[in-house]
Amino acid sequence: MVEIRMRVNGAEVSAELEARVSLLDALRVRLGVTGPKKGCDQGACGACTVLVDGRRILSCLALAVQYDGSEVTTIEGVDHPLQAAFVRHDGFQCGYCTPGQICSAIGMLAEHAAGAPSAATEHVAGAPALTRTEIRERMSGNLCRCGAYNGIVAAIEEVAP
Amino acid sequence: MKDFGYRVAVDVAGAVAAVAAEPGARFLGGGTNLVDLMRSGVEHPDTLVDITRLPLDAVDELPDGGLRIGALVRNSDLAAHPAVRRRYPVLAQAVLSGASGQLRNMATVGGNLLQRTRCAYFYDQATACNRREPGSGCGAIGGFTRTHAILGTSPSCLATHPSDMCVALAALDAVVEVESVRGTRRVPLLDLHRLPGDTPHQETVLEPDELVTAVELPAAEVAAVSRYRKVRDRASYAFALVSVAAGLVVRDGAVVAVRLALGGVATKPWRAVEAERVLTGAPATEDSFRAAADAELATAVVQEDNGFKVELARRTIVATLHRLATEGSAA
Ligand SMILES: Cc1cc2nc3c(=O)[nH]c(=O)nc-3n(C[C@H](O)[C@H](O)[C@H](O)COP(=O)(O)OP(=O)(O)OC[C@H]3O[C@@H](n4cnc5c(N)ncnc54)[C@H](O)[C@@H]3O)c2cc1C
Ligand code: SF4
Ligand code: FES
Ligand code: FES
Repeated sequence: MVEIRMRVNGAEVSAELEARVSLLDALRVRLGVTGPKKGCDQGACGACTVLVDGRRILSCLALAVQYDGSEVTTIEGVDHPLQAAFVRHDGFQCGYCTPGQICSAIGMLAEHAAGAPSAATEHVAGAPALTRTEIRERMSGNLCRCGAYNGIVAAIEEVAP
Repeated sequence: MKDFGYRVAVDVAGAVAAVAAEPGARFLGGGTNLVDLMRSGVEHPDTLVDITRLPLDAVDELPDGGLRIGALVRNSDLAAHPAVRRRYPVLAQAVLSGASGQLRNMATVGGNLLQRTRCAYFYDQATACNRREPGSGCGAIGGFTRTHAILGTSPSCLATHPSDMCVALAALDAVVEVESVRGTRRVPLLDLHRLPGDTPHQETVLEPDELVTAVELPAAEVAAVSRYRKVRDRASYAFALVSVAAGLVVRDGAVVAVRLALGGVATKPWRAVEAERVLTGAPATEDSFRAAADAELATAVVQEDNGFKVELARRTIVATLHRLATEGSAA
């Protein structure tokens, strides 16, 4: 067993865990933070996306012990204009992918604001504008089984600076 | 997943000593490949030595104008680095074409180098796989081979090397720096991965206790005039069917320097030596590009379902070189 401490949505938490427990299972099962969802448990869907120290990661492929001392933000800790924009633009149907979509979009907007290029960027040395094509590429790690992609892109586009 | 011991390494000496001391111990980078394979039951280490807190996360300038990339630099930070984007655009594009934003934030350079194949039979323990279980056979042979390799295969294994980053590094003559309790050594990227031969389970020339500490990129004019093109089943978030990393310098209509490497088609990151030989000094025309592609692909061996890769690779090589010749760098 390994003892870890994290800040989760602003609250100090600690837990004794086996090393094999994922950050996703630690959050959902041990800490009762059920916003992040388990879609595939193999890095292929993005439903488990959370922010660690402000960066988006997949909590299903993260061992919780590796994140000892981190600041973790899940959808429960998010208060962002994207949430209302998702509602306005029908950015979801069943809602299962939505916590991951919103955490991912927040991380993505920060990456873009810092000047990061993407695979859709024509000239990688420049600072690309956040077009629809750029949003789609940067959000491609979040699948939506309900196919709400048009609404998701519209919501992000509305909120993006 | 079976449980395992977990240790955090705080310095390189401690990390290599910890893995050397215990046969079942393994280095843990971002975990995006290793944790997945452990959960799938393909890998079962006794102990993980977490190396993500080692001070190997910087990108530094080299005196000769090259770059030194620490093994713990995250894939997203590598692709966003201004010097990489300006001087090695093929590398930025290759890294950005892999996985997803979330995964690139986790994945490290060292882990990307040593990620294992995505052959479905390698993952599926109900089928034989020489790579997973030496001598057991190959489930892909006579199976579904659409994603498998056409270059560098053997009767024992047809699996592709999945990394996009490594294809760019193969084109850039990168050198991998490795450290263990026995000291430090440098391995050219092109010598790091082995062809499968009859020992596909021996994937690289590294010993299990050797830690990748850095990747060095030499300075080269051709590196700045470069691009990566990836062809896959969907627009994003999928492994390559075919990918091409290329650099091209043309003067007075003739090719004076060329770099070409292929992904998605070969059992290791594939430097297209034959194609480069044909192209060097030749006129920078589509005819030359086609002749170069044909020369490289002449040794291709196709399976039941992957014959399309020969033509797809040919077209992708020609298109990428043509674009470099007409529009220049992706920087
Ligand atoms: C859904 C999904 C899609 C993906 N798509 C792509 C894609 O399109 N293109 C692509 O290229 N990749 C893709 N990947 C793979 C991804 O790039 C790799 O998983 C990642 O680069 C591995 O890095 P890591 O740090 O997480 O490695 P880890 O999982 O931590 O380690 C991988 C291996 O390397 C060893 N290791 C790690 N660091 C070192 C070191 N410094 N020295 C010695 N050994 C070390 C580990 O022991 C382990 O054996 C995808 C992955 C997923 C899950
Ligand atoms: S192709 Fe290689 S990795 Fe795939 S089943 Fe055959 S031996 Fe295993
Ligand atoms: S549950 Fe983590 S990516 Fe699907
Ligand atoms: S809203 Fe149902 S999966 Fe996206």
